[in-house]
Amino acid sequence: MTKSKNIFQEAREAKAKLNTRRHFLKTCTTGLGAMAFASILGCNLSDKQASNFQNPLLNLDGILPHFAPRAKRVIYLHMAGSPSQLELFDYKPTLNKLHDQPCPPSLLAGKRFAFISGVPQMLGHQATFNQYGESGAWVSNRLPYFSKVVDEVCFLKAVHTDEFNHAPAQLFMMSGSPRLGRPSIGSWVSYGLGSENENLPGYVVLVSGGRVPSAGKSLWGSGFLPSLYQGVQCRSEGDPVLYVSNPKGMSRDLRKQTIDAINQINQKEYETFKDPEILTRIAQYEMAFKMQMSVPDAMDISKEPAHIHQMYGTEPGKTSFANNCLLARRLAEEGVRFIQLFHWGWDSHGAGASEALNKGFLDRCKEVDQPMSALLLDLKQRGLLEDTLVVWGGEFGRTPMKENRSGLDNPFVGRDHHTDAFTMWMAGGGIKSGLTFGKTDEIGYHGIEGKVHVHDLQATVLHTLGLNHEKLTYPFQGRDFRLTDVSGTVVKDILA
Amino acid sequence: MYFTQQYNLFLIGISVLLIGLASCSESFRNEKAISFSQDVKPILNKHCLACHGGIKKSGEYSLLFEDEALGIAESGTRVILPGDSRNSEFIKRIIHKDPDTRMPLDAPPLSQQEISTLTRWIDQGAKWEKHWAYIPPNSSISPTKMDNKWVKNDLDYFILNQLQHHDLSPSQEANRNTLIRRLSLDLIGLPPTPKEVDTFINDTSPDAYEKLLDQLLASPHFGERWAAMWLDLARYADTKGYEKDPYRNIWRFRDWVIQAFNEDMPFDQFTIEQLAGDLLSTPTQDQLIATAFHRNTMTNTEGGTEDEEFRVAAIIDRVNTTMEVWQGTTMSCVQCHSHPYDPFRHEEYYETFAFFNNTQDADLDNEIPNLAVYPEETINEIEALFEDIQKMEPSINIDQTASIPTQIKQAIFPRLHPNFCDDFHNVQFHGGRWLSNWTFRVQAGEQGKFYFKFDNIDINGLEAISYTWSSTGSDATIECRLDSIAGTKINSLKCAATKPPGLKHLWQDKFKTQRIRISQNEKKLLSGKHDLIFEIVNTTGKIPEGIILLSEIELHYKNQKPANASLKKVRQNLIDTRKGLTYSPIMKEKSAAFARKTQVFERGNFLTKGKKVKPNVPDELPSLPKNEPANRLAFAKWLVSKENPLTARVIVNRFWEQIFGTGLVETLEDFGTQGMKPSHPELLDYLALRFMNEHKWSVKALLREIMLSATYRQSSESTALKLEKDPYNLLLSRGARYRLSAEQIRDQALVVSGLLHDTIGGKSVMPPQPEGIWQSVYSGEKWVTPNDHSRYRRGLYTFWKRTSPYPSMMSFDSPSREVCVSRRIRTNTPLQALVTMNDPVFVEAAQALGKEMKENGKGNVDLGIKIGYKIALGKEVDKSTLTILKRLYENAEIELSQPKAIETSNPEKEPEFPMTPMTVVANAILNLDSFVMRE
Repeated sequence: MTKSKNIFQEAREAKAKLNTRRHFLKTCTTGLGAMAFASILGCNLSDKQASNFQNPLLNLDGILPHFAPRAKRVIYLHMAGSPSQLELFDYKPTLNKLHDQPCPPSLLAGKRFAFISGVPQMLGHQATFNQYGESGAWVSNRLPYFSKVVDEVCFLKAVHTDEFNHAPAQLFMMSGSPRLGRPSIGSWVSYGLGSENENLPGYVVLVSGGRVPSAGKSLWGSGFLPSLYQGVQCRSEGDPVLYVSNPKGMSRDLRKQTIDAINQINQKEYETFKDPEILTRIAQYEMAFKMQMSVPDAMDISKEPAHIHQMYGTEPGKTSFANNCLLARRLAEEGVRFIQLFHWGWDSHGAGASEALNKGFLDRCKEVDQPMSALLLDLKQRGLLEDTLVVWGGEFGRTPMKENRSGLDNPFVGRDHHTDAFTMWMAGGGIKSGLTFGKTDEIGYHGIEGKVHVHDLQATVLHTLGLNHEKLTYPFQGRDFRLTDVSGTVVKDILA
Repeated sequence: MYFTQQYNLFLIGISVLLIGLASCSESFRNEKAISFSQDVKPILNKHCLACHGGIKKSGEYSLLFEDEALGIAESGTRVILPGDSRNSEFIKRIIHKDPDTRMPLDAPPLSQQEISTLTRWIDQGAKWEKHWAYIPPNSSISPTKMDNKWVKNDLDYFILNQLQHHDLSPSQEANRNTLIRRLSLDLIGLPPTPKEVDTFINDTSPDAYEKLLDQLLASPHFGERWAAMWLDLARYADTKGYEKDPYRNIWRFRDWVIQAFNEDMPFDQFTIEQLAGDLLSTPTQDQLIATAFHRNTMTNTEGGTEDEEFRVAAIIDRVNTTMEVWQGTTMSCVQCHSHPYDPFRHEEYYETFAFFNNTQDADLDNEIPNLAVYPEETINEIEALFEDIQKMEPSINIDQTASIPTQIKQAIFPRLHPNFCDDFHNVQFHGGRWLSNWTFRVQAGEQGKFYFKFDNIDINGLEAISYTWSSTGSDATIECRLDSIAGTKINSLKCAATKPPGLKHLWQDKFKTQRIRISQNEKKLLSGKHDLIFEIVNTTGKIPEGIILLSEIELHYKNQKPANASLKKVRQNLIDTRKGLTYSPIMKEKSAAFARKTQVFERGNFLTKGKKVKPNVPDELPSLPKNEPANRLAFAKWLVSKENPLTARVIVNRFWEQIFGTGLVETLEDFGTQGMKPSHPELLDYLALRFMNEHKWSVKALLREIMLSATYRQSSESTALKLEKDPYNLLLSRGARYRLSAEQIRDQALVVSGLLHDTIGGKSVMPPQPEGIWQSVYSGEKWVTPNDHSRYRRGLYTFWKRTSPYPSMMSFDSPSREVCVSRRIRTNTPLQALVTMNDPVFVEAAQALGKEMKENGKGNVDLGIKIGYKIALGKEVDKSTLTILKRLYENAEIELSQPKAIETSNPEKEPEFPMTPMTVVANAILNLDSFVMRE
């Protein structure tokens, strides 16, 4: 038993070394001939400062897929602010019956809410529900497009989290810890698997809704992992990747000549100092030159055919969730490993029109319904859904009670933050389709079956990529850290 | 025959003896003393402690502490029998044939060598040893000297010894061009000008190098360069963090650090002022600003967050940061359980926590306690008002040596403005105008109590107290008590409604004043000086009925002359002098009466409180002096006491790393058993001792000594042999070569282009940044680049927003400063190339440099390139580089003369100058490896 594990380990390590070398030769084709293995370590990474103790690539050797992956890449659609599951997916007839009745004290005892105080009233669904598809999944009338693709999807009805404020909950969802400073899930994946595309960043972030999410860019930060692994924000307006365009007057030819001159001089420098870091720099300038071409290409949706624009509801040149969905598909085609979309504006408290279930929430639904459904169909028709995992959800859920901020009535209808039960969905690579997993109680307050904790969800995402969440670790401050902290169980029931 | 036999026997005897000797020497070698720290502990860490350590104690057995390891396990067995490996369960289990019984479980067996090491360790008596970092250095440490011309000072012997041990020789001194650029970048973070280079090269005096070194040490830019290092440790940023991540006015702390380095404040004092400046007797304004070190923790202003939760998070960060910065100890592991590998118990975390748990700050949005800083003109105004008051009422005692807020407090007495209270609990302050018991959830406070106090007030002859409040309901009472929250009640007021009910009226002023006499009974209790505690009691905890706004309290004494209208007016003017006033968060200790109790958080959860603990330092470290109160000040002094040399080791190592690119202990942040061992342990100890004893904690003296060494002056050129034997240059067989920091890369580009505006200090600035980078939620704050010199300030002054750090700095590995970062891992990525090639800041630098090259070249392209290269790199251009750059110039000339030239253009910002061939060359120079590297 132990022995066979050793052989397996050995084989994997040998493969990893080979891959790393191949990866290197592919990336750093600088025509400089034979290079020591030491310079391989320098290729993507950094100088000798990160030598034997914390050289992430040395670690990488041991953690390349722990087992056969089902998904090669992830598209993660995060609904920042947290949409109400009770207006979208979690249908509870009892809640409608209880509408406007005071909340029983038993539901309030020992609970911490962000804004509810005193005794709030129950709030029935602010939408109507029907069952769709062969799977008979419940979807509300807020998502007419999505109701047609439910058979591609696996719903998780009883997800729960530990955090009830936006920034900590978003960090918890993305980095496994409510505090700042840990690597995001995309960074962990890039660290574990590297990139499939040499000319594009391996971890791309697209933001819409006019705001970055509450926890800011830390959500795609690399924490204590080297900055190489942080998400690169790509934008629909301005430079698609910061500083990717040449300054005015610098043509592509002239840029090429400049880089050639820089690299020639750097090569002479290498002959004097023999510092492998110089070889890395030469390779990175070539890579930068390639990115200058490939990034704007990948980010240019204007060449997509009309029927695709129609399908997604895209308008080239604008920043929208629809454009970002289409971009996500293009980046997935290009082999970007982790594509993360954030769409802001789901915090439906009811304290103002823009955050009301009967106003702003409707707009948000319209913004996401068509494009996210189109994304699934488009991935499917291109055969990409098989090995692309799509994840959708907010950072927590919303209460079955109506929010009564400071004990007062809100001018609009809304729900407070809720940690105990909310709906997320997954689709594609390695996940069963047409499944509804987990169940909440009769008012959607607690999970009663198939509860999935945030760490379980993270463990499952890593699992589909062939990564064991307990083994994907990085030493920092005297401890081996991992995405799922000290818990997390893969949700085996939803694996295809 | 007999003889022969005898002889044979003799021979046999000799052989036996020889064999005996041989085996004896073999076993002698085996019996070489096994060191617990060197040999045994690494095996335990690797294979055993995950289950038998600080987190899990499987079978009730742990190998973390000596008493546990040599004690009895759950099974009743003494696991290790010193001197008797054969009967020790410990050995039996690691060599057991049954894989279900053999340790480590579910893992491959230990290697023969590991087993042999452990066996011999037990046979030799199973002696426990402290980890090297917790053993004080040998005070008589000195280098083994040898005759060698390369050596410049004693440091070099330590390096040379190691090199010789590895059959390596050191490198020769680098040339002067390299030396001046190296010294300059290392000491002030800026490159030398061509003129400075020439002066140094032409200086033939024997002490030219020392003179240059001293000149740079005295430069006012010295502090800026070293502040950049310290600010990573202090997690300094210009915003509060979390969701809204709003502005925090804390730049004075950054300036304090710069000044402290410039003045070469001894490091022990530097430590004490930052950790406990507020507890020094009569602290100066600067000493209070220094305490902002620990106010750089984040404050959560998101709606609906529990202040206590984030106050605790901030204290935890302070403990972790302090222990990492000064002790190289990863205390954060001990938050939830005992340390997995190092000898620190769970409880000890909270004993250390207790030192920090008693500050007034409580995650309030306005970050009270703050230092109020008055602008110069307001100070003049205030002083004039003081004079007026003294004239009107000479009996009022205003201590002119005290801080302005204290003087105001004295000048308005017996009026008590809530904003000037000495300590508080659970109350909120509103724009300096009033105080309330609104803390988001009124009922949520600890014990549901809201109070504040004024210290040391004479109550002889106190007749009445008047209160000025505003309320929408009649649900709150103010009670005045003596000395503690449970003290004697001397006065109380039931606050009636002053305005209509309902939340929308809550913040209207509508104040009412009511005077409450002190009863005859209560009067009997009044004598002497006491702390007056005012508690707002609300019976129902309802919002908004239970909330009052309190704008003033006035004390009335027997025989007191009532203040006349003009005095009243002047006093009001004094209270109203808030114009231009800025507040900077600082530390302030809670008074004894309001002190918090510290309890262990079970499994690190702040809601699950366990045993009560008192402030103390971990047992493994030297103990706290007995004769002083165990508070933050005592802790800070303990950190830098002679008895705790770990601090000097950790700090010396930090400076070493800044200069050599790698620390003597590579893991700057972890000197524990999971960290790296020192590459030159004796040198580390030697430097630590000299830093404390000879240099008296002078950072400049320490740096000077290191930089005078031959080790520091070596050339960075390498050979195949050196690369093979010492690929990472840990033995320092050559000069260090590494990439400049994010700040240095920016600063250097600004210097060589002549754009740098080198003012020191002040508010942070917003240099050009692409549109749309800042999109924070619920915040109207914007990135605005003014069209003045502030766009050309050093990187250190760039506005640091935690949730949206300056993009080009992030590309070059600067941290987001959310938590303490000991070392930046240097990466080398294509995104960095894009920054230095295309970021408008760098394009503008290339244009300015190109212009300079063109103008000073006076039409001669070669000369122009030579000039530019020297400005940028501090040395003459070699022939082949010149050829390459000239060819680029000529190609650019052709390319730019064609009308189609503009293929791609930067949509972010149109540069001010058109692209010229010389700009293209300058852009290339600013992207050379040797430009972004320091050698």
